Amino acid sequence: MWLLYLPLVIPALAGLAARPLAALLEPRQATWLLTIAAVALAACSTVALAVLAAFTAARSPVLAALGDYSQQVIRRGDPIPSATGAIAGLALTAAAIAVTVLFRKRARALAESYRRAAELRADGSVVVVPGLAIEAYALPGRPGRIVVSDLLLDRLDADSRAALIAHEQAHLSGRHYLFAAAAWLAAAANPMLLPVARSVEYTLERWADEHAAAVTGNRGLVAETIGHVALLASHRPARAPSMALGIVGSHARRMSVALAGPVPRRVAALLTAPPRSRIVLLAACAVVVLLAGVAVLETTGDLHALLEVAQAGQ
Amino acid sequence: MHEPGPRHAQDSSPGAGRRAAGALEAEVLGILRAASGPLSPAEVRQQITAGQERELSYSTVVTIVSRLYDKGLLARQRSGRAFTYTAVDEATIAASRMRLALGSGIDHDAVLSRFVSGLSGRDTRLLRTLLADARDAAAVEAGGPAADPGGLAVNPGRPAADPGGPAVNPGRPAADPGGQLRERD
Repeated sequence: MWLLYLPLVIPALAGLAARPLAALLEPRQATWLLTIAAVALAACSTVALAVLAAFTAARSPVLAALGDYSQQVIRRGDPIPSATGAIAGLALTAAAIAVTVLFRKRARALAESYRRAAELRADGSVVVVPGLAIEAYALPGRPGRIVVSDLLLDRLDADSRAALIAHEQAHLSGRHYLFAAAAWLAAAANPMLLPVARSVEYTLERWADEHAAAVTGNRGLVAETIGHVALLASHRPARAPSMALGIVGSHARRMSVALAGPVPRRVAALLTAPPRSRIVLLAACAVVVLLAGVAVLETTGDLHALLEVAQAGQ
Repeated sequence: MHEPGPRHAQDSSPGAGRRAAGALEAEVLGILRAASGPLSPAEVRQQITAGQERELSYSTVVTIVSRLYDKGLLARQRSGRAFTYTAVDEATIAASRMRLALGSGIDHDAVLSRFVSGLSGRDTRLLRTLLADARDAAAVEAGGPAADPGGLAVNPGRPAADPGGPAVNPGRPAADPGGQLRERD
Protein backbone atom coordinates (compact mmCIF):
# COMPACT_ATOMS: atom_id res chain seq x y z
CA MET A 1 0.00 0.00 0.00
CA TRP A 2 3.03 2.27 0.20
CA LEU A 3 2.51 2.68 -3.54
CA LEU A 4 -0.40 4.92 -2.70
CA TYR A 5 1.95 7.42 -1.11
CA LEU A 6 4.29 7.50 -4.11
CA PRO A 7 2.15 9.99 -6.08
CA LEU A 8 2.33 12.23 -3.04
CA VAL A 9 6.12 11.95 -2.71
CA ILE A 10 7.09 12.39 -6.37
CA PRO A 11 5.65 15.93 -6.59
CA ALA A 12 7.95 16.88 -3.72
CA LEU A 13 10.88 15.52 -5.72
CA ALA A 14 9.65 17.40 -8.76
CA GLY A 15 9.55 20.56 -6.68
CA LEU A 16 13.18 20.07 -5.75
CA ALA A 17 14.31 19.14 -9.26
CA ALA A 18 12.39 21.84 -11.15
CA ARG A 19 14.87 24.68 -10.82
CA PRO A 20 17.99 22.68 -11.73
CA LEU A 21 16.11 21.15 -14.65
CA ALA A 22 14.96 24.57 -15.82
CA ALA A 23 18.57 25.72 -15.83
CA LEU A 24 19.90 22.61 -17.56
CA LEU A 25 17.38 21.77 -20.25
CA GLU A 26 16.77 23.49 -23.55
CA PRO A 27 13.96 25.99 -22.72
CA ARG A 28 11.30 24.67 -25.05
CA GLN A 29 11.85 21.08 -23.94
CA ALA A 30 12.03 22.20 -20.32
CA THR A 31 8.72 24.03 -20.65
CA TRP A 32 6.94 21.04 -22.15
CA LEU A 33 8.46 18.62 -19.68
CA LEU A 34 7.76 20.70 -16.59
CA THR A 35 4.23 21.63 -17.67
CA ILE A 36 3.23 18.09 -18.57
CA ALA A 37 4.90 16.74 -15.43
CA ALA A 38 3.12 19.30 -13.26
CA VAL A 39 -0.28 18.51 -14.73
CA ALA A 40 0.29 14.73 -14.64
CA LEU A 41 1.62 14.77 -11.08
CA ALA A 42 -1.21 17.00 -9.90
CA ALA A 43 -3.70 14.59 -11.46
CA CYS A 44 -1.94 11.61 -9.86
CA SER A 45 -1.77 13.15 -6.41
CA THR A 46 -5.40 14.21 -6.64
CA VAL A 47 -6.50 10.69 -7.56
CA ALA A 48 -4.30 9.31 -4.77
CA LEU A 49 -5.98 11.62 -2.28
CA ALA A 50 -9.35 10.57 -3.61
CA VAL A 51 -8.46 6.89 -3.19
CA LEU A 52 -7.21 7.47 0.37
CA ALA A 53 -10.40 9.32 1.21
CA ALA A 54 -12.51 6.70 -0.52
CA PHE A 55 -11.00 3.88 1.56
CA THR A 56 -12.04 5.72 4.70
CA ALA A 57 -15.41 6.76 3.35
CA ALA A 58 -16.10 3.14 2.41
CA ARG A 59 -16.26 2.31 6.14
CA SER A 60 -19.30 4.45 6.57
CA PRO A 61 -22.33 2.25 7.24
CA VAL A 62 -24.51 4.48 5.06
CA LEU A 63 -22.27 3.99 2.05
CA ALA A 64 -22.01 0.27 2.80
CA ALA A 65 -25.79 -0.02 2.75
CA LEU A 66 -26.09 2.06 -0.40
CA GLY A 67 -23.32 0.22 -2.21
CA ASP A 68 -24.47 -3.11 -0.87
CA TYR A 69 -21.08 -4.30 0.36
CA SER A 70 -19.76 -5.84 3.57
CA GLN A 71 -18.32 -3.43 6.11
CA GLN A 72 -16.40 -6.24 7.81
CA VAL A 73 -14.49 -7.07 4.65
CA ILE A 74 -13.65 -3.41 4.13
CA ARG A 75 -12.45 -3.03 7.75
CA ARG A 76 -10.24 -6.11 7.44
CA GLY A 77 -8.88 -5.22 4.01
CA ASP A 78 -8.49 -1.48 4.50
CA PRO A 79 -4.88 -0.57 5.19
CA ILE A 80 -5.47 3.16 5.53
CA PRO A 81 -5.82 4.71 9.02
CA SER A 82 -9.03 6.71 9.13
CA ALA A 83 -7.15 9.84 10.25
CA THR A 84 -5.13 9.66 7.04
CA GLY A 85 -8.28 9.25 5.06
CA ALA A 86 -9.88 12.25 6.74
CA ILE A 87 -6.81 14.41 6.08
CA ALA A 88 -6.83 13.26 2.47
CA GLY A 89 -10.47 14.24 2.19
CA LEU A 90 -9.75 17.70 3.54
CA ALA A 91 -6.75 18.13 1.23
CA LEU A 92 -8.89 17.04 -1.68
CA THR A 93 -11.54 19.62 -0.84
CA ALA A 94 -8.94 22.35 -0.47
CA ALA A 95 -7.41 21.40 -3.82
CA ALA A 96 -10.78 21.47 -5.55
CA ILE A 97 -11.52 24.93 -4.16
CA ALA A 98 -8.05 26.28 -5.03
CA VAL A 99 -8.23 24.98 -8.59
CA THR A 100 -11.72 26.36 -9.12
CA VAL A 101 -10.80 29.79 -7.78
CA LEU A 102 -7.61 30.01 -9.83
CA PHE A 103 -9.32 28.71 -12.95
CA ARG A 104 -12.02 31.37 -12.73
CA LYS A 105 -9.44 34.06 -12.06
CA ARG A 106 -7.31 32.99 -15.02
CA ALA A 107 -10.26 32.65 -17.36
CA ARG A 108 -11.54 36.09 -16.41
CA ALA A 109 -8.10 37.63 -16.84
CA LEU A 110 -7.70 36.00 -20.23
CA ALA A 111 -11.12 37.18 -21.39
CA GLU A 112 -10.26 40.68 -20.20
CA SER A 113 -6.97 40.50 -22.04
CA TYR A 114 -8.70 39.45 -25.26
CA ARG A 115 -11.12 42.34 -24.84
CA ARG A 116 -8.32 44.85 -24.26
CA ALA A 117 -6.29 43.47 -27.16
CA ALA A 118 -9.30 43.94 -29.43
CA GLU A 119 -9.82 47.47 -28.12
CA LEU A 120 -6.26 48.57 -28.76
CA ARG A 121 -6.06 50.16 -32.14
CA ALA A 122 -2.84 49.34 -33.90
CA ASP A 123 -1.57 48.94 -37.44
CA GLY A 124 0.50 45.95 -36.48
CA SER A 125 0.78 43.80 -33.43
CA VAL A 126 2.87 46.35 -31.54
CA VAL A 127 1.09 49.03 -29.55
CA VAL A 128 3.09 51.94 -28.26
CA VAL A 129 1.53 53.61 -25.26
CA PRO A 130 2.49 57.01 -23.92
CA GLY A 131 3.51 57.53 -20.35
CA LEU A 132 6.33 57.45 -17.92
CA ALA A 133 6.57 53.70 -17.40
CA ILE A 134 9.33 51.39 -18.60
CA GLU A 135 7.03 48.63 -19.63
CA ALA A 136 6.78 45.91 -22.25
CA TYR A 137 4.55 42.90 -22.30
CA ALA A 138 2.53 40.56 -24.44
CA LEU A 139 -1.25 40.85 -24.26
CA PRO A 140 -2.91 37.61 -25.38
CA GLY A 141 -5.78 38.12 -27.79
CA ARG A 142 -6.95 37.68 -31.33
CA PRO A 143 -4.66 39.02 -32.56
CA GLY A 144 -2.43 39.28 -29.53
CA ARG A 145 -0.71 42.59 -28.93
CA ILE A 146 2.72 43.60 -27.83
CA VAL A 147 2.47 46.65 -25.63
CA VAL A 148 5.54 48.83 -25.22
CA SER A 149 5.78 52.19 -23.53
CA ASP A 150 7.18 54.96 -25.70
CA LEU A 151 9.67 55.84 -23.00
CA LEU A 152 11.17 52.37 -23.21
CA LEU A 153 11.29 52.46 -27.02
CA ASP A 154 13.07 55.81 -26.86
CA ARG A 155 15.79 54.27 -24.72
CA LEU A 156 16.47 51.34 -27.07
CA ASP A 157 18.32 51.26 -30.36
CA ALA A 158 16.87 49.48 -33.39
CA ASP A 159 18.60 46.15 -32.65
CA SER A 160 17.42 46.08 -29.06
CA ARG A 161 13.89 46.92 -30.14
CA ALA A 162 13.97 44.01 -32.56
CA ALA A 163 15.13 41.71 -29.75
CA LEU A 164 12.40 42.94 -27.43
CA ILE A 165 9.66 42.56 -30.03
CA ALA A 166 10.90 39.10 -31.04
CA HIS A 167 10.83 38.02 -27.39
CA GLU A 168 7.25 39.16 -26.85
CA GLN A 169 6.19 37.77 -30.22
CA ALA A 170 7.44 34.35 -29.10
CA HIS A 171 5.16 34.56 -26.05
CA LEU A 172 2.16 35.29 -28.24
CA SER A 173 2.78 32.87 -31.08
CA GLY A 174 3.77 30.10 -28.66
CA ARG A 175 0.66 30.70 -26.54
CA HIS A 176 2.90 30.75 -23.52
CA TYR A 177 0.13 31.88 -21.19
CA LEU A 178 -1.49 28.47 -21.62
CA PHE A 179 1.62 26.71 -20.34
CA ALA A 180 1.79 29.05 -17.38
CA ALA A 181 -1.92 28.62 -16.65
CA ALA A 182 -1.65 24.82 -16.75
CA ALA A 183 1.37 24.80 -14.45
CA TRP A 184 -0.19 27.18 -11.91
CA LEU A 185 -3.45 25.20 -11.90
CA ALA A 186 -1.43 22.07 -11.19
CA ALA A 187 0.30 23.89 -8.36
CA ALA A 188 -3.09 24.95 -6.99
CA ALA A 189 -4.11 21.30 -6.87
CA ASN A 190 -0.85 20.35 -5.19
CA PRO A 191 1.21 23.12 -3.53
CA MET A 192 4.30 20.89 -3.62
CA LEU A 193 4.34 21.72 -7.34
CA LEU A 194 4.68 25.47 -6.75
CA PRO A 195 8.42 25.44 -7.56
CA VAL A 196 7.57 23.64 -10.82
CA ALA A 197 5.12 26.38 -11.80
CA ARG A 198 7.68 29.05 -10.99
CA SER A 199 10.21 27.17 -13.12
CA VAL A 200 7.76 27.02 -16.02
CA GLU A 201 7.43 30.81 -15.85
CA TYR A 202 11.21 30.98 -16.04
CA THR A 203 11.60 28.51 -18.92
CA LEU A 204 8.91 30.41 -20.84
CA GLU A 205 11.01 33.55 -20.56
CA ARG A 206 14.07 31.57 -21.61
CA TRP A 207 12.14 30.11 -24.54
CA ALA A 208 11.23 33.62 -25.69
CA ASP A 209 14.82 34.79 -25.10
CA GLU A 210 16.24 32.01 -27.25
CA HIS A 211 13.65 32.79 -29.91
CA ALA A 212 14.74 36.42 -29.87
CA ALA A 213 18.36 35.27 -30.09
CA ALA A 214 17.52 33.13 -33.11
CA VAL A 215 15.61 35.95 -34.81
CA THR A 216 18.27 38.57 -34.24
CA GLY A 217 21.12 36.10 -34.61
CA ASN A 218 22.84 37.64 -31.62
CA ARG A 219 22.64 36.12 -28.15
CA GLY A 220 24.78 38.87 -26.69
CA LEU A 221 22.39 41.52 -27.99
CA VAL A 222 19.41 39.83 -26.32
CA ALA A 223 21.32 39.51 -23.04
CA GLU A 224 22.33 43.15 -23.24
CA THR A 225 18.75 44.23 -24.00
CA ILE A 226 17.25 42.27 -21.11
CA GLY A 227 19.84 43.62 -18.73
CA HIS A 228 19.45 47.17 -19.99
CA VAL A 229 15.66 47.14 -19.75
CA ALA A 230 15.70 45.48 -16.33
CA LEU A 231 18.05 48.12 -14.98
CA LEU A 232 15.97 50.91 -16.54
CA ALA A 233 12.80 49.46 -15.03
CA SER A 234 14.27 48.94 -11.59
CA HIS A 235 14.99 52.67 -11.19
CA ARG A 236 18.32 52.04 -9.57
CA PRO A 237 21.02 54.58 -10.29
CA ALA A 238 23.83 53.23 -12.42
CA ARG A 239 27.02 52.44 -10.59
CA ALA A 240 30.27 51.08 -11.84
CA PRO A 241 30.29 47.30 -11.36
CA SER A 242 34.04 47.16 -10.84
CA MET A 243 33.69 46.62 -7.09
CA ALA A 244 31.59 43.54 -7.54
CA LEU A 245 33.94 42.36 -10.27
CA GLY A 246 36.88 42.48 -7.91
CA ILE A 247 35.15 40.47 -5.23
CA VAL A 248 33.32 37.80 -7.16
CA GLY A 249 35.35 35.01 -8.69
CA SER A 250 34.05 32.89 -11.55
CA HIS A 251 32.97 29.96 -9.36
CA ALA A 252 31.34 32.21 -6.82
CA ARG A 253 29.74 34.03 -9.76
CA ARG A 254 28.21 30.84 -11.06
CA MET A 255 26.86 30.05 -7.61
CA SER A 256 25.35 33.48 -7.16
CA VAL A 257 23.76 33.28 -10.63
CA ALA A 258 22.20 29.92 -9.72
CA LEU A 259 20.65 31.49 -6.63
CA ALA A 260 19.68 34.79 -8.23
CA GLY A 261 16.35 36.01 -9.56
CA PRO A 262 15.16 35.21 -13.08
CA VAL A 263 16.64 38.21 -14.89
CA PRO A 264 20.32 37.61 -14.04
CA ARG A 265 19.83 33.90 -14.76
CA ARG A 266 18.37 34.66 -18.17
CA VAL A 267 21.19 37.04 -18.98
CA ALA A 268 23.83 34.57 -17.79
CA ALA A 269 22.23 31.79 -19.85
CA LEU A 270 22.35 33.95 -22.98
CA LEU A 271 25.98 34.80 -22.37
CA THR A 272 26.98 31.14 -22.37
CA ALA A 273 26.70 28.56 -25.14
CA PRO A 274 23.21 27.80 -26.51
CA PRO A 275 21.46 25.02 -24.60
CA ARG A 276 21.67 21.50 -26.01
CA SER A 277 18.77 19.12 -26.03
CA ARG A 278 19.22 16.35 -23.46
CA ILE A 279 17.10 13.41 -24.46
CA VAL A 280 18.36 11.06 -21.74
CA LEU A 281 17.56 13.49 -18.96
CA LEU A 282 14.12 14.15 -20.46
CA ALA A 283 13.45 10.43 -20.67
CA ALA A 284 14.54 9.91 -17.06
CA CYS A 285 12.14 12.60 -15.88
CA ALA A 286 9.34 11.11 -17.95
CA VAL A 287 9.96 7.72 -16.32
CA VAL A 288 9.65 9.20 -12.83
CA VAL A 289 6.35 10.87 -13.77
CA LEU A 290 5.10 7.62 -15.30
CA LEU A 291 5.99 5.88 -12.05
CA ALA A 292 3.53 8.09 -10.22
CA GLY A 293 0.90 7.25 -12.81
CA VAL A 294 1.49 3.52 -12.52
CA ALA A 295 1.31 3.72 -8.72
CA VAL A 296 -2.02 5.52 -8.93
CA LEU A 297 -3.45 2.99 -11.37
CA GLU A 298 -2.25 0.17 -9.15
CA THR A 299 -3.86 1.53 -5.99
CA THR A 300 -7.07 2.46 -7.76
CA GLY A 301 -7.17 -1.17 -8.87
CA ASP A 302 -6.62 -2.24 -5.25
CA LEU A 303 -9.55 -0.16 -4.06
CA HIS A 304 -11.74 -1.53 -6.78
CA ALA A 305 -10.72 -5.10 -5.96
CA LEU A 306 -11.40 -4.57 -2.26
CA LEU A 307 -14.84 -3.20 -2.98
CA GLU A 308 -15.64 -6.16 -5.21
CA VAL A 309 -14.55 -8.60 -2.51
CA ALA A 310 -16.64 -6.69 0.00
CA GLN A 311 -19.64 -6.81 -2.28
CA ALA A 312 -19.21 -10.55 -2.70
CA GLY A 313 -18.92 -10.89 1.08
CA GLN A 314 -22.29 -9.26 1.66
CA MET B 1 -26.85 47.65 -55.58
CA HIS B 2 -27.69 51.34 -55.75
CA GLU B 3 -31.37 51.00 -55.21
CA PRO B 4 -31.34 49.24 -51.85
CA GLY B 5 -28.63 51.61 -50.63
CA PRO B 6 -30.80 54.45 -49.32
CA ARG B 7 -33.39 52.05 -48.03
CA HIS B 8 -30.69 50.20 -46.15
CA ALA B 9 -29.42 53.44 -44.67
CA GLN B 10 -32.91 54.25 -43.46
CA ASP B 11 -33.36 50.79 -42.00
CA SER B 12 -30.09 50.77 -40.14
CA SER B 13 -31.53 52.59 -37.18
CA PRO B 14 -29.15 50.86 -34.68
CA GLY B 15 -26.16 52.18 -36.63
CA ALA B 16 -27.71 55.61 -36.91
CA GLY B 17 -28.56 55.45 -33.24
CA ARG B 18 -25.00 54.64 -32.41
CA ARG B 19 -23.80 57.58 -34.46
CA ALA B 20 -26.29 59.82 -32.74
CA ALA B 21 -25.11 58.50 -29.40
CA GLY B 22 -21.53 59.33 -30.37
CA ALA B 23 -22.56 62.86 -31.28
CA LEU B 24 -24.51 63.20 -28.04
CA GLU B 25 -21.52 61.97 -26.05
CA ALA B 26 -19.38 64.66 -27.67
CA GLU B 27 -22.04 67.26 -26.94
CA VAL B 28 -22.37 66.24 -23.30
CA LEU B 29 -18.61 66.20 -22.93
CA GLY B 30 -18.45 69.69 -24.47
CA ILE B 31 -21.05 71.00 -22.02
CA LEU B 32 -19.26 69.56 -19.03
CA ARG B 33 -15.90 70.88 -20.21
CA ALA B 34 -17.37 74.35 -20.63
CA ALA B 35 -19.16 74.20 -17.26
CA SER B 36 -17.61 76.05 -14.34
CA GLY B 37 -18.52 73.34 -11.84
CA PRO B 38 -19.95 69.85 -11.57
CA LEU B 39 -23.29 69.28 -13.28
CA SER B 40 -26.04 66.78 -12.58
CA PRO B 41 -27.57 64.81 -15.48
CA ALA B 42 -30.67 66.96 -15.14
CA GLU B 43 -28.63 70.14 -15.60
CA VAL B 44 -26.84 68.62 -18.57
CA ARG B 45 -30.20 67.73 -20.12
CA GLN B 46 -31.43 71.25 -19.55
CA GLN B 47 -28.42 72.70 -21.37
CA ILE B 48 -28.75 70.33 -24.30
CA THR B 49 -32.46 70.86 -24.83
CA ALA B 50 -32.28 74.61 -24.14
CA GLY B 51 -32.91 76.57 -27.31
CA GLN B 52 -33.59 73.40 -29.28
CA GLU B 53 -36.80 71.69 -30.17
CA ARG B 54 -35.17 68.35 -29.50
CA GLU B 55 -36.55 66.21 -26.72
CA LEU B 56 -34.10 64.15 -24.77
CA SER B 57 -35.14 61.85 -21.99
CA TYR B 58 -33.48 62.03 -18.61
CA SER B 59 -32.53 58.36 -18.76
CA THR B 60 -30.73 58.89 -22.09
CA VAL B 61 -28.60 61.59 -20.49
CA VAL B 62 -27.87 59.36 -17.53
CA THR B 63 -26.85 56.58 -19.94
CA ILE B 64 -24.53 58.93 -21.81
CA VAL B 65 -22.83 60.37 -18.75
CA SER B 66 -22.33 56.94 -17.22
CA ARG B 67 -20.86 55.72 -20.50
CA LEU B 68 -18.47 58.69 -20.51
CA TYR B 69 -17.67 57.97 -16.88
CA ASP B 70 -16.88 54.34 -17.75
CA LYS B 71 -14.54 55.58 -20.46
CA GLY B 72 -12.69 57.63 -17.88
CA LEU B 73 -13.63 60.92 -19.53
CA LEU B 74 -15.75 62.13 -16.61
CA ALA B 75 -15.27 62.17 -12.87
CA ARG B 76 -18.28 62.02 -10.61
CA GLN B 77 -19.15 63.06 -7.10
CA ARG B 78 -22.11 62.01 -5.05
CA SER B 79 -24.41 64.90 -4.37
CA GLY B 80 -27.48 63.95 -2.42
CA ARG B 81 -29.13 61.00 -4.10
CA ALA B 82 -27.63 61.56 -7.54
CA PHE B 83 -24.18 62.01 -9.00
CA THR B 84 -22.75 65.20 -10.41
CA TYR B 85 -20.17 65.02 -13.15
CA THR B 86 -17.10 66.97 -14.16
CA ALA B 87 -14.97 66.56 -17.26
CA VAL B 88 -11.59 65.04 -16.64
CA ASP B 89 -8.67 67.12 -17.90
CA GLU B 90 -6.53 65.94 -20.80
CA ALA B 91 -3.49 64.94 -18.76
CA THR B 92 -5.55 62.70 -16.51
CA ILE B 93 -7.22 61.17 -19.54
CA ALA B 94 -3.82 60.42 -21.06
CA ALA B 95 -2.75 58.83 -17.79
CA SER B 96 -5.88 56.73 -17.54
CA ARG B 97 -5.53 55.62 -21.17
CA MET B 98 -2.03 54.54 -20.26
CA ARG B 99 -3.35 52.58 -17.34
CA LEU B 100 -6.00 51.05 -19.54
CA ALA B 101 -3.45 50.01 -22.09
CA LEU B 102 -1.09 48.83 -19.43
CA GLY B 103 -3.71 46.42 -18.32
CA SER B 104 -5.20 47.84 -15.16
CA GLY B 105 -8.03 45.58 -14.20
CA ILE B 106 -6.22 42.67 -15.75
CA ASP B 107 -4.49 40.34 -13.38
CA HIS B 108 -0.96 40.90 -14.62
CA ASP B 109 0.38 37.68 -13.21
CA ALA B 110 -2.43 35.73 -14.79
CA VAL B 111 -1.91 36.59 -18.44
CA LEU B 112 0.79 39.07 -19.13
CA SER B 113 4.31 38.07 -19.93
CA ARG B 114 6.43 41.01 -18.94
CA PHE B 115 9.73 41.46 -20.70
CA VAL B 116 11.55 41.77 -17.40
CA SER B 117 10.47 41.02 -13.88
CA GLY B 118 11.62 42.95 -10.86
CA LEU B 119 15.20 43.07 -9.67
CA SER B 120 16.40 42.77 -6.11
CA GLY B 121 19.42 44.76 -5.02
CA ARG B 122 21.57 41.66 -5.28
CA ASP B 123 20.19 40.86 -8.73
CA THR B 124 21.01 44.38 -9.85
CA ARG B 125 24.64 44.09 -8.76
CA LEU B 126 24.97 40.66 -10.31
CA LEU B 127 23.36 41.83 -13.54
CA ARG B 128 25.76 44.76 -13.80
CA THR B 129 28.68 42.41 -13.27
CA LEU B 130 27.44 39.98 -15.91
CA LEU B 131 26.89 42.74 -18.45
CA ALA B 132 30.26 44.33 -17.74
CA ASP B 133 31.94 40.93 -18.14
CA ALA B 134 30.13 40.39 -21.42
CA ARG B 135 31.23 43.80 -22.68
CA ASP B 136 34.82 43.06 -21.63
CA ALA B 137 34.69 39.71 -23.38
CA ALA B 138 33.24 41.31 -26.50
CA ALA B 139 35.96 43.95 -26.39
CA VAL B 140 38.66 41.27 -26.12
CA GLU B 141 37.08 39.35 -28.99
CA ALA B 142 36.87 42.45 -31.11
CA GLY B 143 40.40 43.32 -30.07
CA GLY B 144 41.67 39.82 -30.87
CA PRO B 145 41.89 40.09 -34.65
CA ALA B 146 43.16 43.62 -34.28
CA ALA B 147 45.89 42.41 -31.93
CA ASP B 148 47.22 39.90 -34.44
CA PRO B 149 48.19 42.38 -37.10
CA GLY B 150 49.74 44.42 -34.34
CA GLY B 151 51.75 41.38 -33.29
CA LEU B 152 52.88 40.89 -36.84
CA ALA B 153 54.00 44.44 -37.00
CA VAL B 154 55.99 44.08 -33.79
CA ASN B 155 57.63 40.86 -34.95
CA PRO B 156 58.29 41.38 -38.59
CA GLY B 157 60.35 38.25 -38.56
CA ARG B 158 57.30 36.06 -38.14
CA PRO B 159 55.41 36.98 -41.28
CA ALA B 160 58.63 36.56 -43.15
CA ALA B 161 58.80 32.98 -41.93
CA ASP B 162 55.89 31.83 -44.10
CA PRO B 163 57.18 33.02 -47.43
CA GLY B 164 60.56 31.99 -46.11
CA GLY B 165 59.44 28.36 -45.95
CA PRO B 166 59.18 27.85 -49.69
CA ALA B 167 62.22 30.06 -50.12
CA VAL B 168 64.31 27.76 -47.96
CA ASN B 169 63.18 24.70 -49.93
CA PRO B 170 62.89 25.99 -53.43
CA GLY B 171 63.47 22.53 -54.80
CA ARG B 172 60.01 21.32 -53.72
CA PRO B 173 57.57 21.55 -56.60
CA ALA B 174 54.78 20.00 -54.51
CA ALA B 175 54.56 23.19 -52.45
CA ASP B 176 53.02 25.11 -55.33
CA PRO B 177 50.14 22.75 -56.13
CA GLY B 178 49.44 22.70 -52.43
CA GLY B 179 49.17 26.44 -52.42
CA GLN B 180 46.85 26.35 -55.40
CA LEU B 181 44.66 23.80 -53.67
CA ARG B 182 44.47 25.96 -50.65
CA GLU B 183 43.56 28.90 -52.78
CA ARG B 184 40.83 26.96 -54.49
CA ASP B 185 39.43 25.95 -51.13
